[in-house]
Amino acid sequence: MTAETPQSISPAGAPLLHVKGLKKHFPIHGGILKRQVATVYAVDGVDFDVFPGEVFSLVGESGCGKTTLGRSVLRLTEPTAGEVQFDGTDIIGLPVDELRRLRRQMQIIFQDPFGSLNPRMPISDIIGEGLLAQGLTDRKARDKKVEDALETVGLRREYTRRYPHEFSGGQRQRIGVARALALEPKFIVCDEPVSALDVSIQSQVLNLLLDLRRDFNLTYLFISHNLSVIQYFSDRVGVMYLGKIMEVGTVDDLYRNARHPYTIALLSAIPDPDPRRRQKRLVLKGDVPSPVAPPPGCRFSTRCWLREQLGNPERCTTEEPELRVISTGHRVACHFEDRITATTVADRVAAQSVIDTAIAAPV
Amino acid sequence: MTETLSAPAPLGSPPAHEVLLDVRDMKTHFKVLDGIVPAVDGVSFSLGRGQTLGIVGESGSGKSVTALTIMRLLDIPPAVIGAESEVWFDGREILHMPLDSMRRIRGKDMAMIFQEPLTSLNPVLSIGEQIGEQVRLHLKVSRHEARDRSIESLRSVGIPSPEARIKQFPHEMSGGMRQRVMIAMALSCEPKLLIADEPTTALDVTIQAQILELLKVIQQRTGSALLLITHDLGVVAEMVDHVVVMYAGQVVEQGTANEVMLEPKAPYTMGLLESIPTAEKRGGRLSVIKGVVPSPFHLPPACRFEPRCPYAWDLCHEVAPELYPVVGSGSGRRARCHLHQAAGESRRVAALELHADAMRVGRGLKEDPA
Ligand SMILES: Nc1ncnc2c1ncn2[C@@H]1O[C@H](COP(=O)(O)OP(=O)(O)OP(=O)(O)O)[C@@H](O)[C@H]1O
Ligand SMILES: Nc1ncnc2c1ncn2[C@@H]1O[C@H](COP(=O)(O)OP(=O)(O)OP(=O)(O)O)[C@@H](O)[C@H]1O
Ligand code: SF4
Ligand SMILES: [Mg+2]
Ligand SMILES: [Mg+2]
Repeated sequence: MTAETPQSISPAGAPLLHVKGLKKHFPIHGGILKRQVATVYAVDGVDFDVFPGEVFSLVGESGCGKTTLGRSVLRLTEPTAGEVQFDGTDIIGLPVDELRRLRRQMQIIFQDPFGSLNPRMPISDIIGEGLLAQGLTDRKARDKKVEDALETVGLRREYTRRYPHEFSGGQRQRIGVARALALEPKFIVCDEPVSALDVSIQSQVLNLLLDLRRDFNLTYLFISHNLSVIQYFSDRVGVMYLGKIMEVGTVDDLYRNARHPYTIALLSAIPDPDPRRRQKRLVLKGDVPSPVAPPPGCRFSTRCWLREQLGNPERCTTEEPELRVISTGHRVACHFEDRITATTVADRVAAQSVIDTAIAAPV
Repeated sequence: MTETLSAPAPLGSPPAHEVLLDVRDMKTHFKVLDGIVPAVDGVSFSLGRGQTLGIVGESGSGKSVTALTIMRLLDIPPAVIGAESEVWFDGREILHMPLDSMRRIRGKDMAMIFQEPLTSLNPVLSIGEQIGEQVRLHLKVSRHEARDRSIESLRSVGIPSPEARIKQFPHEMSGGMRQRVMIAMALSCEPKLLIADEPTTALDVTIQAQILELLKVIQQRTGSALLLITHDLGVVAEMVDHVVVMYAGQVVEQGTANEVMLEPKAPYTMGLLESIPTAEKRGGRLSVIKGVVPSPFHLPPACRFEPRCPYAWDLCHEVAPELYPVVGSGSGRRARCHLHQAAGESRRVAALELHADAMRVGRGLKEDPA
């Protein structure tokens, strides 16, 4: 058995996916006149590249915009602003029929294995739908491709006539993978593909995704809130907070040398299954603010322990930090990243109260 | 579960004083249209005063039903409780005691926190009314005193400006804040036992960290015992001293957190730990537990894990394993697997070696797991 390594890809050469200044804002309508009363800044100016053959992951808490970003780069939802290039083609300005042709190469595995499969469709139609949309009208040829895809994900060819409710959670997620694979894409957005699964089933699906990447030379944009899964699975990672990327780098950059106060807190929050490594965590205060009214300046400032530790410098709330390069491929959006040392973190952990961690929101 | 606690008292008589909770041969089955679901099928464990115990297991293994049976919160029928089953709490048998005696214990000496606080808080009562009602029911204090106690308990779980907060309704709060309210409510009468069923599963990781740290500090401060139910092995390792692992309605392994997490002895626990992605396994394949959890209507005849077990042999298909003591360990250390009796001796050594390898690199099975 060959070990399937998440190889260290040096981000050189042309990216397969290039994203720049991407924004997706949702209007909120209200009142009798249904006028726009507010805006959800779900994705609010995001830049990143995904290189051929790599797993680029996005991690962040619920509501930070991961799904919206994943859907925007495929134009499954129309971005508000920004650039997306796939294999050198600008897909934002692309006419619908050309976009459809390109879609064949860009697929998505949805977050919810229970909700994303139409319960009234047999598996043959669920997987064959995309092929039909791509113009493969010959039923026989289509069924053959559907069966091949099922086999690739480790399910029986005969399953085509069954319905989603006849399958377990892990099998349904495999069907979702088969649906994405049937079109022989180059690139797949995997939106929380294992979050709804028990650990023993989760490992089956992760192994499958790694096998497929090796066998078909796939590139993944992998979305998850599980930091242990991301560390195991990815080459490079972007940490999102309130619609923005706060830090991006290789797995080693992030897990061994995190430089953003938010990344440091996220990593500290992971419960470790090795009881010998029980340690005091760095606990963040409060909840993530609403994306309808992101804090001015740095979006993380309302919960930032470093800012507090530094005596609340004004700059954090007046000037938005840019995603600056701090070493090759490692970028961080924090004004005071260079003030973080092992001592700052330890001092903070020693000084924090683990009870008063709720922020007094107006009552 | 420690050595001093493990000398079991005979059925029908109370355990030693230092044992707060003693669950004996708990059987909770459900009568449904398709037949009988043996959700909890002969579960025993005990918890000392002030101690912490975790119950882990995957979805459907019977964790919540165990907790709900202890709390007497299940409707009977469809639930059927074993006539021989006993639950001793603070010196009294509570599983078969009259429900109104149980109501005096529940919420006062024994309190529970649920996964989704929104469904367990009353949506039409303010936070203050809910905690106040609970306090007045159990502590016979004046309305005014109940209000003060509610404010105090909200303050103790870190809720800012509790005087104003008590007028709010559950839906006006975030998930993390609601879970704090649940904890405040559960602790308002200073219970001897706190049962927390997946208290952080619905929360984001940074909010989970807040709640877990809070629970730890408060549990230590009040000295109440904690029964923590979770499917997250990381949460168990961080939070509790003793662990019970459940599979298909049975306890398959028990021991201290260190023993179970670092030297698992039941093949199911071994497989679970092997399948968790970790930094060490980066670059290797993850181990897989083949197949799926058995349907409660078609349980394997002998060992319930046998169809999925990489170490199974004939015996496992023929004779149901007991919860055997683990050779060379204290008496609280047990595993439900034939590897741990004389007939399994040679196989045991091989199995533990394979497990150690798998923890280092992961071990793949490329086959249809269905
Ligand atoms: N169609 C929509 N209309 C209005 N708001 C939306 C819409 N879709 C998403 N949002 C909002 O945009 C923000 C980002 O949502 P998104 O689903 O992208 O987050 P996420 O990071 O994927 O979260 P999760 O981890 O919970 O899946 C949220 O505040 C969400 O409520
Ligand atoms: N009221 C009920 N009627 C019938 N069956 C039930 C009932 N409640 C639970 N069960 C069944 O009992 C078994 C154990 O369920 P339980 O809720 O205890 O699992 P669990 O370990 O808590 O799982 P999870 O991690 O998903 O919460 C399951 O097979 C479940 O379907
Ligand atoms: S810019 Fe300021 S508030 Fe933002 S992360 Fe850095 S220190 Fe914290
Ligand atoms: Mg999402
Ligand atoms: Mg449960």
